[in-house]
Amino acid sequence: MQDWKQHKATFASIAVSPVLWLVAFFIVPLAVVWLYSFGRNVGLTEIDISGTFSNYGRALEPLYLEIFGKSVAVAALTTLICLIIGFPIALAITFAQPKWRPWMLLAIMLPFWTNLLIRTYALITVLRTEGYVNKSLGWFWEGASSLKVMVGMAPLSTWEPLPLLYNNFAVILGLVYVHLPFMVLPLYAALDRLDRSLIEASLDLGAGHFRTLTQIVAPLAAPGIISGVIITFVPALGAYLTPDLMGGPDSQMIANVIERQFKRANDWPFGAALSFLLMYATFILIALQTLRNRSAERRS
Amino acid sequence: MNLFKRAEIAPLEYTRRLWMRAWIAATLFFLYAPLLVLIAFSFNDSKRNIVWRGFTFKYYGKVLENDGLMAALGNSLTIAFLATVFSIILGTLAAVMLWRFRFPGKTAVEGTMALPIVVPEICMGVAMLVFFAKLDWPTDLPWPLNLSAITIAHITFCFPFVAMVVRARLAGFNKEQEEAAKDLGATEWQAFRDVLLPHMKPGIIAGALLAFTLSLDDFVITFFTSGPNTITFPVKVYSMVRFSVTPEVNAASAILIFLTILLTTVALKLQDFTKATA
Repeated sequence: MQDWKQHKATFASIAVSPVLWLVAFFIVPLAVVWLYSFGRNVGLTEIDISGTFSNYGRALEPLYLEIFGKSVAVAALTTLICLIIGFPIALAITFAQPKWRPWMLLAIMLPFWTNLLIRTYALITVLRTEGYVNKSLGWFWEGASSLKVMVGMAPLSTWEPLPLLYNNFAVILGLVYVHLPFMVLPLYAALDRLDRSLIEASLDLGAGHFRTLTQIVAPLAAPGIISGVIITFVPALGAYLTPDLMGGPDSQMIANVIERQFKRANDWPFGAALSFLLMYATFILIALQTLRNRSAERRS
Repeated sequence: MNLFKRAEIAPLEYTRRLWMRAWIAATLFFLYAPLLVLIAFSFNDSKRNIVWRGFTFKYYGKVLENDGLMAALGNSLTIAFLATVFSIILGTLAAVMLWRFRFPGKTAVEGTMALPIVVPEICMGVAMLVFFAKLDWPTDLPWPLNLSAITIAHITFCFPFVAMVVRARLAGFNKEQEEAAKDLGATEWQAFRDVLLPHMKPGIIAGALLAFTLSLDDFVITFFTSGPNTITFPVKVYSMVRFSVTPEVNAASAILIFLTILLTTVALKLQDFTKATA
């Protein structure tokens, strides 16, 4: 590591463009939004930055608190489901034969590289009323119905397609679909580093697989589990596309409300305040995670 | 006593257990079935899109004839290319700066550099919208200059990823090589070009492919920076999806999926994938 003072010219030529770019096109835009969050609308496009906290006050109204609460609940449930689905997958990849491991990782990663919008659209096509899921269920229903007729019972009522889209169920399903790789990769990274002899010792000493998982593997992999939870929760909390395309009128999440303030309601100061509240929530989570990692490093 | 335990499976070979295989199969089915259905029915000769009525390429033809969609694809590829080039330069410089120098405020710079990766997309999108509106950024420039706002936004969220990947690669660099070059009379620039740059190359390529995919895929941030004349492919598909589910959207999506698979394959080939992860 060189000290910048001894190589001022080299340092300047390397540092100036990325730092300037970051300031001009990232810090400044965020700062403008931050300032707007303390402003109020005067006229159609004019915003007066008056230092008011009324936008934040409005965000605390029950309507918006409810949406915030709902976004947190939806993101938390999504994270939990991802953890339940993803943990066995990560475990399987960890203990798979080495030649299979990269291919299994690739199988999990490939959808993640596919466009988010297209994945959401693909899910919509199979879940809609005329989609495959409903069609297969209807087919089973009719099969069961004719089976009942065959044994001399009254047939089932006609099949009503399930409302699989445009509700909260669809939003959570869509979020799980999109965020599963976010969970599997950190879990795999943590499990891969685990000392296997500890698991073997536990099994040798008579603990079952489940007990070994809960009492040996889970505590040892806790940092990986926590980082997986945060990596999944943060984007799920700020999700815009999934609730927008798959949700119903009552499945609005915080990002949809923000979008509406900027694109339709044209209340930029309020949208700015909401977007900074979402950002603060994200930062707090990430800061907690970073602090945890640092203290863990110091301990070891 | 363990009548039901198959002796040939070692305790830790979870992957060989039936329930685990069923779990993996179910998850992969969940992940892939919708995408496979989407691709399969882009070849289906039926408007209603659910019953198979024979193979056809006609929806691909329709996509190719759809000027709006093709223009959007052209815009997306142009933006992705420009964003990649700039991200490589900025990202590599940032990585070298953070790896090589000790300077006041380094932790702050490092933290800020990671922010575009973690900030919710929607917040970054509105920040870009507000910023370009505040600047009165001209929207009626000739192509490709009219894409500048979107390109700038894309560079901002792509280059920190490149910096991250390149910096990870630099961690394995033996500094004595660079010192040896300088001892033998190389200038600062020559040492950079002939010693450091070749070492960083795999990282830069990986970062470039990452930046290209991120830019090509981005919807939310683009949605806030694009105007009526600067529609990108995802934004166009979004407006089609909102409208209805049609085989044409399937075909357009399938094209993008194939493009992604192609890029991923190239990336993995270049990185000698099985060796790198095994």
